This record gives sequence, C-alpha cells and structure tokens, in this order.
Amino acid sequence: MAVHEKITIAKAINASLRASMEADPKVLVMGEDVGKLGGVFRVTDGLQKDFGEDRVIDTPLAESGIVGTAIGLALRGYRPVVEIQFDGFVFPAYDQIVTQLAKMHARALGKVKVPVVIRIPYAGGIGAVEHHSESPEALFAHVAGLKIVTPSNSSDAYWMLQQAIAGDDPVIYFEPKRRYHDKSRLDTESIPDPLHKARVVQNGSDLTLAAYGPMVKVCLDVAKVAAEEGKSVEVVDLRSLSPIDFDTVQSSVQKTGRLVVVHEAPVFFGAGAEIAARITERCFYQLEAPVLRVGGFHSPYPPSRLEDEYLPGLDRVLDAVDRALAY
Amino acid sequence: MTVEGTAQRKNARGSSKRTTAKKATPAKKASPAKTGTAGRAEQAEQDQLVQLLTPEGKRVEHPDYSIDLSPEELRGLYRDMVLTRQFDAEATTLQRQGELGLWASLLGQEAAQIGSGRALRDDDYVFPTYREHGVAWCRGVDPTNLLGMFRGVNHGGWDPNSNNFHLYTIVIGSQTLHATGYAMGVQKDGADSAVIAYFGDGASSQGDVAESFTFSAVYNAPVVFFCQNNQWAISEPTEKQTRVPLYQRARGFGFPGVRVDGNDVLACLAVTKAALERARTGQGPMLIEAFTYRMGAHTTSDDPTRYRADEERAAWEAKDPIQRLRVYLQSEGLVDEEFLASIEEESVALGKRVREAVRAMPDPDHMAIFENVYADGHALVDEERAQFAAYQASFADADAIAEGN
Repeated sequence: MAVHEKITIAKAINASLRASMEADPKVLVMGEDVGKLGGVFRVTDGLQKDFGEDRVIDTPLAESGIVGTAIGLALRGYRPVVEIQFDGFVFPAYDQIVTQLAKMHARALGKVKVPVVIRIPYAGGIGAVEHHSESPEALFAHVAGLKIVTPSNSSDAYWMLQQAIAGDDPVIYFEPKRRYHDKSRLDTESIPDPLHKARVVQNGSDLTLAAYGPMVKVCLDVAKVAAEEGKSVEVVDLRSLSPIDFDTVQSSVQKTGRLVVVHEAPVFFGAGAEIAARITERCFYQLEAPVLRVGGFHSPYPPSRLEDEYLPGLDRVLDAVDRALAY
Repeated sequence: MTVEGTAQRKNARGSSKRTTAKKATPAKKASPAKTGTAGRAEQAEQDQLVQLLTPEGKRVEHPDYSIDLSPEELRGLYRDMVLTRQFDAEATTLQRQGELGLWASLLGQEAAQIGSGRALRDDDYVFPTYREHGVAWCRGVDPTNLLGMFRGVNHGGWDPNSNNFHLYTIVIGSQTLHATGYAMGVQKDGADSAVIAYFGDGASSQGDVAESFTFSAVYNAPVVFFCQNNQWAISEPTEKQTRVPLYQRARGFGFPGVRVDGNDVLACLAVTKAALERARTGQGPMLIEAFTYRMGAHTTSDDPTRYRADEERAAWEAKDPIQRLRVYLQSEGLVDEEFLASIEEESVALGKRVREAVRAMPDPDHMAIFENVYADGHALVDEERAQFAAYQASFADADAIAEGN
C-alpha cells in the first residue's frame, strides 16, 4: 500500500486487519458473514481467502456465543477480533462483554489477559431499519475494564485498530458506518498518536467543539460555516471514550472559554454529560458559558425518514455554538 | 462408541430396584402432568443411568463403560470425597460463624465432582461454576484459595493457569462459552488436551449454554459439558427448566449425551474419561448429565425447607456417594479400620487448617480497588487512584496532628 494514499475508512480497516494478522499469527477475525461475503459492509473482504477459514471464522448467528468463545480463545492465547454486525445486535452479547470480558483480568488478580477487540459498526445516517443505527457507546464506557475508541478518518481507523489489537485489554472499536465510504489520507509510515489521545483537528479561539466518530465531520463543517460568520471554532476529535483524554479538551477550553459537546447518542446520561461535568470541574474559572450538549433525543432511534431530525446536523450544532457565544 | 444408544438402552440390571414398578411410556415421561416431586422421582427411575456401583455398594458392570481401578485408586477416590465433604462442612460452619459472607455447599455432589475431576489429565482445562470445590480439589487448587471470594477479599484467589482451573463463574452458564472458545483454541494449537465445562440444571435454560452447544458442535471442539443435575436451581425444580431429560438435549445439537448416576463416583469417572478421550481424538463434544442431588441449601442464604419435602432428601440420603463406596471397599476388604481412621484424622486436620487459614486471611489493601482493572493501564483509573491515595493520606495527616495534640 502506498503511503499518503486517499482511501475509504472501510478499506483502511481492512488493511489494518490484514496488517495485524500478518504481524501476529494469534490474531483471529470472527463474526457473522465475515468470511466469503467479507462482512455486510465488506470490511473483512478477502481476508478469509488469504488467511484461511481457521483464522477468519464465520460464526453461528449468536452474539453472546461469538463474544463468549472469543473470551475462551483469548484465555488460550489468541487475539480475537470480533465483528458485531450492527450496533443494535450487540445486546445479546452485552452480558458476556460486561460481566465476563470486562472483569476477568481484575477477577484473576491480573493473572489472565483477555485481549478481545469487538468491532461494532455504529450510529445512524444510512437510512436503515431499526436496531441498525444506534449509538450505545455510553453503555460500554460506563463499564470498568473496557476501553472504547472510535476513529473518524482513515489513518486513525488503520492505526487505532492495530493498536487496539496489540494491547492486552478488551477494546470496543466503534466504526462510524456512515463514514465507511468517506475517503481520507492514509499515512502508513508516520508514527501514530497514542491510542487514547484526543486530537485538535481544527484550530480556533472562540469556542471548542468536542466530538468523535461520525460527528467529527459535522463539527468540521460547522467550523467552516462559523468562520464565514467571523467565529473561530476549534474542533477536538476525542478518538477515545474510555479513557477520555480530558487534558487535551481542557487545554482547548482554557484557550477558548466555551465548550459544546456533540454526539449522536442521546444527550441524557451520554458521553457529553461526563465531559461537561469533568471540564466544569477543571475549567470552572475559565468557562465563559455553561458546557452545552448536542445529541440524540431520549427516544428510540427513529424511523429513517426522521433520522435527519434526530441526528445533530449543521444547523443544530451551529445553534448551540450561537447560544454558547451569547453568554 | 454408541453413547447415546447406550444411554437409552434398557438395562436388565436397572438403575434401582424400583425401576420396574413404575415404568411409563416415553410419551408419558414428557407429559406436563408429570411435575412435582413425585414426577421427578419417577422420571429419575425411568431414565437409564450409567451405573457401576449401586446405592447398596454393589459393583455392577456396564457394557460401554467398564473401568478397572487399583485398590490404591479406589481408596484415593474415597479419600477425595471424604476430605471434600469435610472441607465443605467446615466452610458452611465458617459461614455460620460469620467468617464467610456466603457458601455454596456441594454436599451430595462429591461423586460427580471427584469422579469427573479424577478423569482429567493435567493438561486438560476446567471451567467451573461456583460449586466445584471437589473438582478444584482434584486440580490441586488449595481449598483455602476457594474461600477468598466467599469471604469477600477477592473475586477468585488463584491463578487459573497454574492448575488449568478457571475462576469460579457466578453468572449462570457464561463459562460454557469460555470453555468452548478455549477448546477451539486447543484445536487450533493441534494439542490433544480436552476442556470440560461444569454447569447445573438451572444453567441448562440459559442461552449461553445452548450457544456453547451450537459452537462446539459446529467447530467439533474438544469440550465436554458436565451438567450436574442436582434437581434444584435454588427453589426451581428441574421441571421448570426442561420437559425432556437434559442429556437428550445434546442430540438436537448433533453430539451424544449420556446420563450417569451422579452419586456413583466410578460411573462418573468412567463416563467422563470416555467423553474426554472422545474429545481428544477429534470426535467433538459430549454432554454428560450427572443425575445427583444437592443435599443442602443452594447457598447458605437459602432455606430449602420452604420448597422441598423432607422425604425427598431422605430418599437421596439412601444413595449417598461416600457411603456406597465405603460399603463396597469394606466388602472387598480394600480398607480396614486403620485406613478409615487415618482418613478421619486427615479430615480433622484439613478442617483445622481451613479454619485457621480463613481467620488469618487479611483484608486486601485499600488500593487494591485500582489494581488490575486494566492490563495496560487507564488514565481515569490512574487519576482516581491518585485522588483516593491522597484522601487516605489525609487521615494519616489528621492522625498525626491528633497525636501531636
């Protein structure tokens, strides 16, 4: 693969899996339809052909079974990378993830490691039927023992997955499915940022927008429009939700004095609440306005004809920017 | 081997003297009307058990599961069962004395656990539930290590890889999937060891158990499912879990199931050995239903007198696993009073050691809360650890000031 190529996120993840499997024979890919079909999003395309059915394992349609057996494989010394087909389908496996995977290292007083990576295509915007567009990241971030990351561009998608696989902790790797086919630069040579480091992706001085995954692009668009209106908006891509790199957010807010957190998940008890609380603690005297949040409503994810109303878009985020700047 | 056929074959010897008196058609067995204590006992008698030692201590043969043990091995099984029962009794007492927060007794299930446990090779791997004290004993896990989680000083006080004995699992049935995945790994490694997953009749209702059956069958994983059907899932009888005998479930998943007399240590040993051998030689999973009885409460928090009749327990007392082996050993002249006395002495010593070890078990350090949450560390845990350490240290400062005053 060429360096600095423009490539889709889906292809970057595929390249990342390939690189991980080549680097470590213990890395396995498991999930429904990941073999011949290459996954319903074709993210695992061609892997079974090249690595065999023994390493790219088509599983029965049983999510608890997929995660539970991955735990057993990890206990045996393997590094399974599990694909959950869609966000809403992870719940049958929720028990295995929360009661078993997250806690096993601690329960064993550190004597065993369970390096399972769970890839979940998540969030909405693709016009899908119900259970195919959800944002359950807060449910997992609340659980000690799990790490949660979500890339927003191809280079991060490529590097963060390899870092997640190489680490010894269980990681939930949320893939912004509506960005799967967005192309961005893939740099396979530069040394990547640490897995859990947030990154300022747009510099600004009036207000900070903190976002992750699919909402980073929306926030970058907001920054452009705001700039045309003479407002300087900084955008932080959190990249990791457990842990969250509060230091980077804090530095940005200390500079701008204002913070708006944007995510697709419902605002209520969401990642934004945690960020608002922490940043208020850390930056109480620098804040010029309360930390605002923009996100989904406290409703089931709506039918696709309504998802544009539900999902934070340019206008809703701009409105929050205006409200914050009005203080 | 025709395991399933064997399990279903009518055996002239019968599983008990009363078998013929209450014979029913298979259709009748599955009838919803056959519930309650009477129905359960009847069904127990109707379904053939693999048995090598009758409740009266008489040695019998089985066409598919013959076993030939040396006197030393037979005495060893007796010793294992007696010591395990003693350990269990001691733990129950310690709970009553407030030294343990909870205890899950295995009373009555010694044969199922020692028989299956002694069938294992060192390189086999065990995934237990939370009642497998006898299996732990067979694996060489120090019994005092089993008590940490019940005392509340840890969630599992042993290194699973030291004895190939995984931590106790509280969530019912979860470990059957871990066992299956581990077995898939064994298979990928080209190793010839096997994996055994323990669970109970209640767990058989869990989706994870069904999913582990599916995965193990599809991948032909070298895993043995050892279900101890002790008749009760807390207060729920087996009738609330299933309308068919549990061992028959295996057939629908494509592998054999067999019901063994769970109070017969020889039969449990023989059947588990055969199942492990099957797994090792690439013939895939097998389900063993050890038909047994939990003589005590589900845990020390439970009160079985609220939901089951005294007569039921009395009927099972007559099938006691230790008693029947002792009768057999005595009738064959394989043990003498001196041996029995020495085991008794060893039991007393074990009880004393356990009691002292539990009382001496220190509370963990405050900072243990933050240890091993993550293998590679986590910024939030680091932050909270530092804050909590500072908070703890503030007491030391206050104490110092108070002392200075």
